[in-house]
Amino acid sequence: MPITRDDVRHVALLARLEITENEEQELAAQLDQIIAYVEVLEKLDTEDVEPTSYITPMETPFREDVVSTTPDTERWLANAPATDGRHFRVPKIIE
Amino acid sequence: MTDFEAVIGLEVHAELLTASKIFCGCSAKFGAAPNENTCPLCIGMPGVLPVLNRQVVEFGIKTGLAIHCEIQQRSRWSRKNYFYPDLPKGYQITQYDLPICLGGHVDIRLEGEDQDRSIPLTRIHMEEDTGKNIHDAHTDASLVDYNRCGVPLLEIVSEPDLRSSAEAGAYLRKLRAILQYLQVCDGNMEEGSFRCDANISIRPQGATELGTKAEIKNLNSFRSVERAIDYEIERQTKAIRAGESIVQETRLWDTDREVTRSMRSKESAHDYRYFSEPDLLPLDVSADWIERVKGELPELPDERSARFVSEYELPAYDAEVLTARKDVADYFEAAVGIHRNPKAVSNWVMGEVLRIVNDRKLDQELVIEAWPVSAQQLAGLIALIDDGTISGKIAKSVFEDLLDNDKSPASVVEEKGLSQVSDSAELESIVDGVLAGQDDKIAEYRAGKEKMLGFFVGQIMKKTQGKANPKLVNEILRKRLQSN
Repeated sequence: MPITRDDVRHVALLARLEITENEEQELAAQLDQIIAYVEVLEKLDTEDVEPTSYITPMETPFREDVVSTTPDTERWLANAPATDGRHFRVPKIIE
Repeated sequence: MTDFEAVIGLEVHAELLTASKIFCGCSAKFGAAPNENTCPLCIGMPGVLPVLNRQVVEFGIKTGLAIHCEIQQRSRWSRKNYFYPDLPKGYQITQYDLPICLGGHVDIRLEGEDQDRSIPLTRIHMEEDTGKNIHDAHTDASLVDYNRCGVPLLEIVSEPDLRSSAEAGAYLRKLRAILQYLQVCDGNMEEGSFRCDANISIRPQGATELGTKAEIKNLNSFRSVERAIDYEIERQTKAIRAGESIVQETRLWDTDREVTRSMRSKESAHDYRYFSEPDLLPLDVSADWIERVKGELPELPDERSARFVSEYELPAYDAEVLTARKDVADYFEAAVGIHRNPKAVSNWVMGEVLRIVNDRKLDQELVIEAWPVSAQQLAGLIALIDDGTISGKIAKSVFEDLLDNDKSPASVVEEKGLSQVSDSAELESIVDGVLAGQDDKIAEYRAGKEKMLGFFVGQIMKKTQGKANPKLVNEILRKRLQSN
């Protein structure tokens, strides 16, 4: 199925990306190529092959349940565009 | 006119009682100053990598086993993508297509029923909680606190198999009790550590197809859940009878007005584009791990309730009330261990002790530490009733004197001179004193007015401040009234 400009607009909206009409066209064509390439794989018979979602042969790494960070709120707030000194401040959310 | 039946499924979010968050070492404790429990990972800085907290998986397995799920030896993590300020990364790490637990059931029993109903579960999955938005009324901004962001959650999803608000309430209470027994969640609905969303639809009685559902949020007490379900069933029934169709939507429960109202539907909602989380490996849980957790499961409410009936010969109702909380059941057993009169201990725990626990809101704690009266004191008090030292009535006042101190019941009785008068000679002279000069009333009694007996007993009790042994008083009184 070809990727349409509507598909591109929808995905761009979900990703909060602003794109121009030219880009819409360009991206639709590029995405279409990528999908077409992946479609080649569909020709293979993978009936008995378990899907590979990870290629690293590793055991699940865990951390133990201990508190290991030190509060440093001011430092993390320093990266925020706006704060009230204690919170991150964002444009008003209406629920 | 067609009758409708309700179809209700519940999604419970239970915050886990771990020390640290699910993917970073920040404290998961409730109530810290805003953004105190944050680090670059849980505020979504670039370049950080999540590392899974082992205890979260342990709690997931434990809960799954307790409610009869099949534990999946391989599960995995997914990204649920959406933009909202309480989610700084732009995605939530959750489990989607391969959750840790599948199936399972929670057995409930409604009041007045003599059989359990088994409510089937769909799944349990683990995920990270989001932050909290605070709406500032004075400015044109919202404030965000990320302390809760990354606190581990279990989402427990029931099948749409509940039929009424009463069943939903019973299911939630049972589920919460189990989580509390396991000590994996404190179950505090007000603080949001045990949250519930309800999916509700209705359909003509006997239909097999599901109707269009509404999802109800903001249910932060058992009462809210029950009221919201009743409201929603009525709203949908009225709409369908009026020929309208039900819109699939999310609705908020308004606690003050007791109505549900439609939430402004977010554009492109529910297009979460889940994909497998590249920063985390699949989660492998060995059979040994599952076996070990199984071996460590505590006795759960249903088993304990059944044991209370068989071991202590308690009525099913008592057993149910006493085992609804692990700490209450422990308290009961501690008292019975000291003084083996289970029914009397049960009456006192369900009456006086739980009354004070409720008054003081101690039941909001996961584990009650500060009992108003210790199990030892309660046992001692009941022993004094059973050996005839005090009457049940006096015991109630002694109970009040035991509140919040470590005095022994015997010393209170001694101190206040509350010992029952069981000395026959002494009681005889008191009885005689009361009867003296009451010839007309004695005559009335002898003429067949039985209730005069109560009058005399009352007088005697008054004279002895309730300390006369009631059994002896009755005996002496009857003897005196018959003779002469």
